[in-house]
Amino acid sequence: MNRPIQGLAALTAAALAALAAHEALAHGFAGDRFFPATILTDDPFVADEMSLPTVTFNPPGADGTHETDAEFDIAKRLTHDLGITFSDQWESIRQPGGLPTLHGTGGITTGVQYQLFINAPHEAMALVGFQQNWAHTGSVQALGAPDYTTLSPVFDWGKGMGDLPESLPWLRPFAITGNFSYDFPLKTTSYGPNGAVLHPNNFNYGIAIEYSLEYLQHHVKDVGLSAPFDRLIPVIEMAMTTPMNRGQGGQTTGTVQPGLIWAGQYYEISAEAIIPVNSLSGHGYGGLVQLHFFLDDIFPATFGRPVFGN
Amino acid sequence: MTHRVSGFLLACFLVIGTGGVAWAHAFLDHAAPPVGSTLAAPPPVIRIWFTQDIEPAFSGIEVTDSAGARVDDGTPRVDDRDRTLLIVGLKNLPPGEYKVHWHVISVDTHATEGNFTFRVGP
Repeated sequence: MNRPIQGLAALTAAALAALAAHEALAHGFAGDRFFPATILTDDPFVADEMSLPTVTFNPPGADGTHETDAEFDIAKRLTHDLGITFSDQWESIRQPGGLPTLHGTGGITTGVQYQLFINAPHEAMALVGFQQNWAHTGSVQALGAPDYTTLSPVFDWGKGMGDLPESLPWLRPFAITGNFSYDFPLKTTSYGPNGAVLHPNNFNYGIAIEYSLEYLQHHVKDVGLSAPFDRLIPVIEMAMTTPMNRGQGGQTTGTVQPGLIWAGQYYEISAEAIIPVNSLSGHGYGGLVQLHFFLDDIFPATFGRPVFGN
Repeated sequence: MTHRVSGFLLACFLVIGTGGVAWAHAFLDHAAPPVGSTLAAPPPVIRIWFTQDIEPAFSGIEVTDSAGARVDDGTPRVDDRDRTLLIVGLKNLPPGEYKVHWHVISVDTHATEGNFTFRVGP
């Protein structure tokens, strides 16, 4: 664990040292539309952004456990259209019946992303990516972090509704983002204290439906909203995972997460409720909060620019 | 892990913190005439206030009528005393709907653009 992080720190420091004075470009913009960073649904744009932290209070498990996670993730543009991502999380699992609370880290996830297009008039964008969740980078024994690497091609997209006719002004602030990915575990079976555990291929899919009061106030109709209300974005996110094989086919799990995003100049604050879609996904309710930083605005002359080119 | 992540972040910020100055994308703050408004009389100018100071050389406003013809005077300017304010004069506008397209570059070179409409007449 120590060595990969030290290596990444060294690589990052080297990349930062190589930064030149390049033109700074926008994060999450497609014409009039500003797409905020959403929590559950991957963002459809490469960016220089960081979430620190995302604190998740998961719904209670079927066995009565309560899991709380604190996640860190960062996205960095290498070029205008190419970016990399890194994330990891600290987990705390409180067990029932007087059993000790477990602490540790989840597996490290990295990714490479390429922006396919941004269409300003139609407020549309999409990217393709390749994500890796690495084996033995978390607390395997204590928390069940993966002892196998999973590779996942991803496709993320976003579409704003600002190109609807002027006669539908109240619908134009809507936007939808979504993602599809498919997991390829590099090991099909792990062996633990409870016997063999099979790792299926998973199909992951999700959407986020947003209603931007910023868009309404500044691009459709001045309805008299002022700060901080003119930066609010109500959102509802949904994410599902469907195993495709290895005895678990069709056992879909997922959550629905209604919430609120406030997007300022330099940072964004989000809060969402977590509602499991079925008993396999959890029992009861959970919630999460996130503090997200726009590094391209905080450090426009250095870290907030692509490493290479404009 | 907490110490390792903290160390990683500290390393990042020690490097990036040396040259960064906190400016940001310029968003539209408010406009006169207001976004989406209907006016009884034609406005002589469009004024747009942004959330950041903007670069005069790379910022502008174009106003078009429903046929797509330019109705601004073609000389947008940033106010001398308030560098968040972008102004453009208008021709005498007959009743109708008009589209305002703005594009600005904030003083740290971040580019943003946007559109809104307003109406003159009943």
